[in-house]
Amino acid sequence: MTDPVLSVKNLVVEIPTRRAVLRPVDDVSYDIAPGEILGVVGESGAGKSMTGNAVIGLLDRPAHIAGGEIWLKGKRIDNLRADQMRKVRGKEIGMIFQDPLTSLNPLLRIGDQLEETILEHLPVSRAEARKRALQALEEVGIPAAAERLGSYPHEFSGGMRQRVVIALALCAEPSLVIADEPTTALDVSVQAQIIALLKRLCRERGTSVILVTHDMGVIAEAADRVAVMYAGRLAELGPVEQVLNAPRHPYTDGLVGSMPMASAGKERLRQIPGSMPRLGSLPDGCAFHPRCPKADAECRQNPGPTLDATGGRAACWFPVSQEVSA
Amino acid sequence: MLAFVLRRVFQSLLVLLVVGLVAFSMFRFVGDPVDNMLGQERTQADIDRLRTQLGLDQPFPVQYFKFLQGAVQGNFGVSYRQGRPVADIIAERAPATLELAAVSGLFAITLGIILGVFTAIRRNGVAANAIMTLSLIGVSLPTFLIGILLIYVFSVELDMLPSFGRGDVVDVGWWSTGFLTKSGLMALILPSITLGLYQMTLIMRLVRSEMLEVLRQDYIRFARARGLRERAVNFRHAIKNTLVPVITVTGLQLGSIIAFAIITETVFQWPGVGLLFINAVQFVDIPVMAAYLMLISVMFVAINLIVDLLYFAIDPRLRVDGRH
Amino acid sequence: MTDELVDIKGRAQAPRRSRLGEFFSSDFFYMFRRSPVAIISFAVVALLVLAALLAPLIAPYDPFNPASLNLMNGFTPPSTPNAFTGDTFLLGTDDQGRDVFSTILYGMRISLFVGFAAVLFAMVLGVLLGLIAGYVGGWIETLIMRIADIQLTFPSILVAMLIFGVAKGFTPVEYRDQMAIWVLIVAIGLSDWVQFARVVRGATLVEKNKEYVQAAKMIGRTGPAIMLKHILPNVLSPVLVIATISLALAIIAEATLSFLGVGAPPTQPSLGTLIRIGQGFLFSGEWWILLFPAATLLALALSVNLLGDWLRDALNPRLR
Repeated sequence: MTDPVLSVKNLVVEIPTRRAVLRPVDDVSYDIAPGEILGVVGESGAGKSMTGNAVIGLLDRPAHIAGGEIWLKGKRIDNLRADQMRKVRGKEIGMIFQDPLTSLNPLLRIGDQLEETILEHLPVSRAEARKRALQALEEVGIPAAAERLGSYPHEFSGGMRQRVVIALALCAEPSLVIADEPTTALDVSVQAQIIALLKRLCRERGTSVILVTHDMGVIAEAADRVAVMYAGRLAELGPVEQVLNAPRHPYTDGLVGSMPMASAGKERLRQIPGSMPRLGSLPDGCAFHPRCPKADAECRQNPGPTLDATGGRAACWFPVSQEVSA
Repeated sequence: MLAFVLRRVFQSLLVLLVVGLVAFSMFRFVGDPVDNMLGQERTQADIDRLRTQLGLDQPFPVQYFKFLQGAVQGNFGVSYRQGRPVADIIAERAPATLELAAVSGLFAITLGIILGVFTAIRRNGVAANAIMTLSLIGVSLPTFLIGILLIYVFSVELDMLPSFGRGDVVDVGWWSTGFLTKSGLMALILPSITLGLYQMTLIMRLVRSEMLEVLRQDYIRFARARGLRERAVNFRHAIKNTLVPVITVTGLQLGSIIAFAIITETVFQWPGVGLLFINAVQFVDIPVMAAYLMLISVMFVAINLIVDLLYFAIDPRLRVDGRH
Repeated sequence: MTDELVDIKGRAQAPRRSRLGEFFSSDFFYMFRRSPVAIISFAVVALLVLAALLAPLIAPYDPFNPASLNLMNGFTPPSTPNAFTGDTFLLGTDDQGRDVFSTILYGMRISLFVGFAAVLFAMVLGVLLGLIAGYVGGWIETLIMRIADIQLTFPSILVAMLIFGVAKGFTPVEYRDQMAIWVLIVAIGLSDWVQFARVVRGATLVEKNKEYVQAAKMIGRTGPAIMLKHILPNVLSPVLVIATISLALAIIAEATLSFLGVGAPPTQPSLGTLIRIGQGFLFSGEWWILLFPAATLLALALSVNLLGDWLRDALNPRLR
C-alpha cells in the first residue's frame, strides 16, 4: 500500500462547557490513500463535520483538538502554528461547504475570489492567475466562463454556485479535498451532477476526497471506502461494497436497511428505533446500545473495540455479518 | 432602479413640504409678525399696509405657496432681532458650521471604523475591552460636559488650545475658512472632538457588532478554508460586507452632527448657524428658527437620499434586480 | 422552549407567596444580585432621588429665598470660612452667595421632576397613539406612523428645542419663566413619544390577531376597552424598558436644553442651568461652582443609563 495522503490517529475533539467537557469526536482514526474517496457518513451531530474541521484546522472555539495526531503526506499538521496551518489550507487541503448560497462572498466578483486564492498559494503572475481562474471555471463546467469571471455570486443558480465553490477549492491544486455535505443544500436533480463532477475532477488530478454526508446514496455512488460515525466514534470502516452489502455494525446495518433501493422490490424500509443521544448525555458503554437489538450487559459497560487505521472491522462486540476474508 | 430613486425623491419632497408647513405655521401663528415688525407707535393704516405688503390678507394656501416660493429662492424674511435678511445672516454663519461638521464627521467616521474593526478582530483582547467599556461611559455623557471637560484640561490647565471662537479666518470669495491659518486649525480641534465623540462611539459600536456578525458567516469560513491571510479575510472580505449596513446609520449620524453642532457651538462660542439658532430660540426670533428648520431638513433629506444611492454603489445585488 | 413551559407550570403550582416574597425569589432579583453594575447604579439612583425628594429637609439653606442670601458670602470656596462673614459652606457658594450644595439638591429636584414628567407624558401619548394605530389601522395608522417617521428623521433634541421655542412664542412674556418647566416637559415629551408608539403599534398588531382579543370582540367588548384592558397589559414589558432608557435620555436632554439657555430659567435652576452658570467661572478659578453640579449630573446620567441598559438585557434580551 502506498503512503497515505492523510492519516488521522486517535483524534479527540473536546468542547468544554459549563457543565461538562463534550467530546464530539472521540478516538477516531483513518487513512486516505492518494486519489481515494473516503465517505464519512452518520446522523447530524455524529461528529462527521467536526472531524473535517479538525483536519483543516478550522475548529470554532471553544472546540479544540484534545488528543491524537493528524499527518498530511508524512508531515504532522495538528500542532502547526496558525500561520503555517494557513499555508496548508487551500494549498494542500481544499474544503467545500454545504451551502453554496452562503459560501461565496456576495460583494466580490467570482473571478477576483478565484484569483486571490491562486495568487495566495501559487507563484504565478496576476495574468497567469487570471488564466488559471478561467481554466478552473471551465473545468467545473460553467458555460461562457470568460464572461462569468466578472459576475457576482447572486447571478448564478445554486448548482452553478456549488460548481464555483468546487473550482475555488481545487484552484490551488490541493492533494486532499474535504467536501462537507456538498449536495445537501441543492436540488435533487443537481445533486448527482455535482457528485459526478467532483468525482471526475479528483480522479483526473489524483486528489483524495473526504466526502462527508448523511446520504448513503451519495456514498454508494462516489466513495471507495466508507467510515460510519455514531455519537463521535467510528462505528465501522471499510470498502464501500463490503460495508453496504455486508454491514457488521448494527448501526450500519440499520442505515443500510433504511436506504430505499430501486432494485429492492416491495420490501418495507426498516428504521432504527429512537434517536442518537445528545453529546451531553451519552450512555455508558457502547453509545448505540439503547437502540441496538443485540445489546447485552457487555455493551452497557464497555464501548466497542476501537478501530485501527487500517480498517476492516466494526466497533462492535457482536458484529452482524461475520468477517469476510479479504 | 430608476423607479426606486424616483420614489425616494418623491418621498423626500413630501417630507420637505410637511416641514415647510410646520415652518410656515410657526411664522404665521406664533406671535403676530406685524406686532413684531412695527414699533409701539403704529396706526391702523400702518398695520393694514404691512398686512397687505406681507400678503397676510390672502388665504392660507396662497400664503403657504408664497412662503415656499420664497424659501426655494432663499428668501426667509427678516430677522426680528437683527433686522437683517435671514438668508444673509445664515450665509455668513454657514461656513463655520460646515467646516466644524466636516472635520467632526471625518474624525467620527475614520476613528469609529478603525476602532470598531479593531475591537471586533481583537474581541477578547484587553485593549478592545477597555475601549468598549470607555465607549459605554462615553455614550452616557452629555456632549456639553465633554466639551467643558476638554476646555478645562486643554485650555485652562494645559493652556494648549483655544477654548472659544474660530481663531483667524481667511475669506475665500464669500466663504470664510479657518483651514488656512494655524490659529484657525488649533481652534477646530476641541470643538471637533466634542462634536464627533458621540457619533464616533456610535459608529464604533455599530461597526463592531456588524463585523462580528459578518465574521460568523460561511463565506468568511470559506475564505479561511482557502488559506487566505487573516489580513485579506478581515480587510478584503469582512470589511466590505460590514460597511453596507453601517452606511445608513453613519449617513444619518452625519445629519445629526449638524444638528448637534448647536450644543458644541454654544460651549465653544463657535460663530456658526447652531449658535445663531439657539439665540433665535432664546429670543423667539421666528424667521431665523423657521429658516434653520428648512435648511436642516433639506440637508437631512439630501443625506438620506445620498445614503440610499450609495447602497447601489456598494451592493451589487441591489444594482441588478433593483429590489429594495 | 420546553424548559420554559415547565418553569411557568412549576411556578403556577407553587404555594402562593406574598408579592414581595415572589419578587425576592424571582429570576429578575437573582440577576440583579449577580450584577455589581446594576447594584451600584441602582444605589446611586436611589440615593440621588431620595436626596432630591428630601431636599427641603436636607438642604442647609433655601437658595431661592432672597432673605437668606448674603452677597458678601459670594465665591466662598468649599469647606473654608468666608473671609468677610466667617460662614462655612460644604461645597462653597456661587457669585450671589448661594450655597452650592443646596442649589444642587434643588436643581436635581427639577432635573428629576422634568425627566420623570416628560417620560410619563411621552409614554402616555406614545402608548395611546401606538394602540390606536395598531388596533384601528387604516388611514389613522398611516397618518400617525408617517408623522412618527418624519419626526424620527430629526434628532429629538432639535425637535425639543423647536417645540420649546414655539411654545415660548405663545406664552406671554411675563409668564415665560414660570411656565418654562412645563414647556420643557411638553417639549421633551413630544420629542420622545415615537419610540413608544412604534413598539406598542408593533406589539398591538401581533396581539390583536390572537384568540383572546377575538373572544373579547365576540362578547361585545368595545374597541377602547379591548385596547386598554386586554392589549395594553400584554405590551407593557417593552414599554417599561423603553421608559427607563428614555428617562436617561430625558434627563440628559433637559440638562442640555437648560445648559443652552432654552430650558429651566435661572430662577428655577436645574442641574443644566447650574452648569451653564458655573461655566462662566471656569477661567476665573471658582471651579467648585461648575464641578459639583457637573459631577452630580454625571453620576445621575451614567447610573440611570447603566441601569436602563441592564434592565433591557434582563427583561428582554431580544430588544438588543
